[in-house]
Amino acid sequence: MTRKKRRLMVLLLAGLGLGTATALTLTAFQDNIVFFFSPSDVLANPPASDRAIRLGGLVEAGSVERRTGSDGRPAATFRVTDGANAIPVTYSGVLPDLFREGQGVVTLGRLLPDGSFRATEVLARHDETYMPPEVADALRRAGHWNPAEGPPPPAETWNTAPRQREGRSGG
Amino acid sequence: MIPELGHFALALACVLAVAQSVLPLVGASRRDVRWMGTAGPLAAGQLVAVAVAFGCLVWAFVVNDTTVSNVVANSHSAKPMLYKVTGTWGNHEGSMVLWVLILALCGAAVAGFGRDLPTALKARVIAVLGWVSVGFLAFIIFTSNPFDRVWPPPPDGQGLNPVLQDIGLALHPPMLYVGYVGYAVTFAFAVAALLEGRVDAAWGRWVRPWSLVAWAFLTLGIALGSWWAYYELGWGGYWFWDPVENASLLPWLVGTALLHSAIVVEKRDALKIWTVLLAIMAFAMSLLGTFLVRSGVLNSVHAFANDPARGVFILALLMIYVAGAFGIFAWRANRLAPTGIFAPISREGALVLNNLLLCSIAAVVLAGTLWPLFADILTGAKISVGPPFFNAATAPLAIPLVLAMPIGAMLPWKRGDAWGALQRLWWAAVASLAVGFLHLAALGYPVWPAIGMALALWLVAGAAADIADRIALFRRPGQAWQRARGLPRAAWGAAVAHAGMGVTIAGVAGMGVATDALVALKPGESARLAGYEWRLERIEDRQGPNFTSRQATVTVTRDGAVVTVLRPERRTFTVDRQTTTEAAIHTNAIRDLYAVLGEEREGAGVLRLHHNPLAPWIWFGALIMALGGGLSLSDRRMRVAAPAPKGATAPA
Repeated sequence: MTRKKRRLMVLLLAGLGLGTATALTLTAFQDNIVFFFSPSDVLANPPASDRAIRLGGLVEAGSVERRTGSDGRPAATFRVTDGANAIPVTYSGVLPDLFREGQGVVTLGRLLPDGSFRATEVLARHDETYMPPEVADALRRAGHWNPAEGPPPPAETWNTAPRQREGRSGG
Repeated sequence: MIPELGHFALALACVLAVAQSVLPLVGASRRDVRWMGTAGPLAAGQLVAVAVAFGCLVWAFVVNDTTVSNVVANSHSAKPMLYKVTGTWGNHEGSMVLWVLILALCGAAVAGFGRDLPTALKARVIAVLGWVSVGFLAFIIFTSNPFDRVWPPPPDGQGLNPVLQDIGLALHPPMLYVGYVGYAVTFAFAVAALLEGRVDAAWGRWVRPWSLVAWAFLTLGIALGSWWAYYELGWGGYWFWDPVENASLLPWLVGTALLHSAIVVEKRDALKIWTVLLAIMAFAMSLLGTFLVRSGVLNSVHAFANDPARGVFILALLMIYVAGAFGIFAWRANRLAPTGIFAPISREGALVLNNLLLCSIAAVVLAGTLWPLFADILTGAKISVGPPFFNAATAPLAIPLVLAMPIGAMLPWKRGDAWGALQRLWWAAVASLAVGFLHLAALGYPVWPAIGMALALWLVAGAAADIADRIALFRRPGQAWQRARGLPRAAWGAAVAHAGMGVTIAGVAGMGVATDALVALKPGESARLAGYEWRLERIEDRQGPNFTSRQATVTVTRDGAVVTVLRPERRTFTVDRQTTTEAAIHTNAIRDLYAVLGEEREGAGVLRLHHNPLAPWIWFGALIMALGGGLSLSDRRMRVAAPAPKGATAPA
């Protein structure tokens, strides 16, 4: 085999590899990219219920309710808020250790036709002071907090629904 | 005083690194032996200075010196001594010092062990390592000083993130960094070769041990991280395609390609330009990994302090090193004319295929990892790319790669006969197909685990067939032992590493049929999973050195006989006010029984129970792969002085 022919061969093979990789990436992207929605985004532009999305915001203070689901598994309901709107979330499973009311959370799941969100995964981070960047961005867009102006206001003020006083002072 | 000494040592190391990156290079271009001779002592001096700095930092952590802000932020007097020491690199600043220490160690090793290297090449390699050192030392000194003081000193530190107080994670960063930094050495060799304008078989022989060391440690480092995620995070998973995990996988993929193409350079004097390019890419991927982890530009479970200034600095380093190397590459690569000629069906051809597929996988993983970043910049869309993407996009590339592995290893150099190789592998093929179908028949859908098992056996049996063929086990059994002893260790290493990959794939396939259950049990109640009876005996309080915990006692029985007693815990760390989940795992090397204690309510404990077949094989396979790398490294020809290249001007 001459050098020219060999070079052509290698080039063809490399092109084939690159082409396959690109095609694979693009088709896999089409089906598997997960978009991030804030509660306001969901209300403004509801995603199709067959598509997984990530919903993020703050866990509304006083909204977390732990119960046992109909299948006997532990479950929880809570509301995710960005200060302007809130979406009720149901989750079947154990909430992560760092899941707290008033803290940032990102959930993965699907929007149900009744407007609630069924989460298959609830992500809270290693670090309790950490705010997921998308959540920080969603809060900023909702107009309640500008990250450039310092730390976020206390969690209690994020609640969309007025809440009865429970005699709890701070934390 | 000691922290100031450490700070001074860092600055001194930076100055020495500047000298190291200039003097030997000037010497090499002027062919001045005395200038080139400064490379070794400077590299040794830099090592001493960085080691002193590192020692000072460890000392500050050991005595819990609360006037050092890094100690305040990441340590506490009540922490066990082991984690005080390992906590030194459990934070951003300290881990960068460890990074530079390993880099200095590598530089000194090149100077110390490279006695047979031509003086000019050695001087250039050490100088390029000096450039890398300068960048990272400046990064530490200007953006992440580990010796910053605080005044007034607080009474005690804030503690180390409890999930990091773990022996697996204590060893994970050093392993990973040896891998990353090892690619800095191959990078230095590549750039030095471009400056010399010569890449030959001898160059391949010097590059290979370094790429082997880097590869073996990177394999171990990734496996340790994955193992830690498995037992510490308590999700029951072992790989999440998290950006930071991908950041360590990318250099591994490119490094694996480099490892294989360096063989072609060494044995056949071909693929030279490509190998140099891969060496640059492997280091670029290591730097990219460092950038992704430190800058916090990507969402990840790893929460390093996110400081934009640091991200920009590392990005600048990445640009300078990679763009610089590519510039030199474009300027010099035309000098590296290929000499070896080979047919497409040959060992070289198979290694080209290996490189092509590995690089395609790396490209796919890179695209998936960085796409959210670009989508955010270009369209403002907040997206994430999760495991479904990576599984769907990498599997079609990984399967042909695995299929080709045993065949390629059996092909001879220059011109091969694929049919002949297949004939020697027919029993391996039949056995793996049979196992795949048996798996399908026994466990039914899904089909992926069955494919995985078949591929795993194909690799292991293929490696065995390769060795059997080389020692003529069936043709001349009498001499097989003699021949086995005479077989080069590199051949054993390749077979062992390929088989290790098979073991890992078997573990992954086993996890594909894992089952789990989420149950709320009161003491005395039990649940069934995978043929086992899991009974919750009690949940009680326990006191640890720096935490309190709730510990459940779960007795697992099968057909009335007690298999094991699992004690999963939820630990609350008093200093950090954090809770961690300690999974309880019982393994018998074939399957793991895995229990996690969740929250408690109404007298019942929420338990997550997993039955993970073959799970330990994932990490055991990685260990075998690293062992294969070690075997290959101990090959005689790596220890014996490489022959001086033809026409080399070796000054005395």
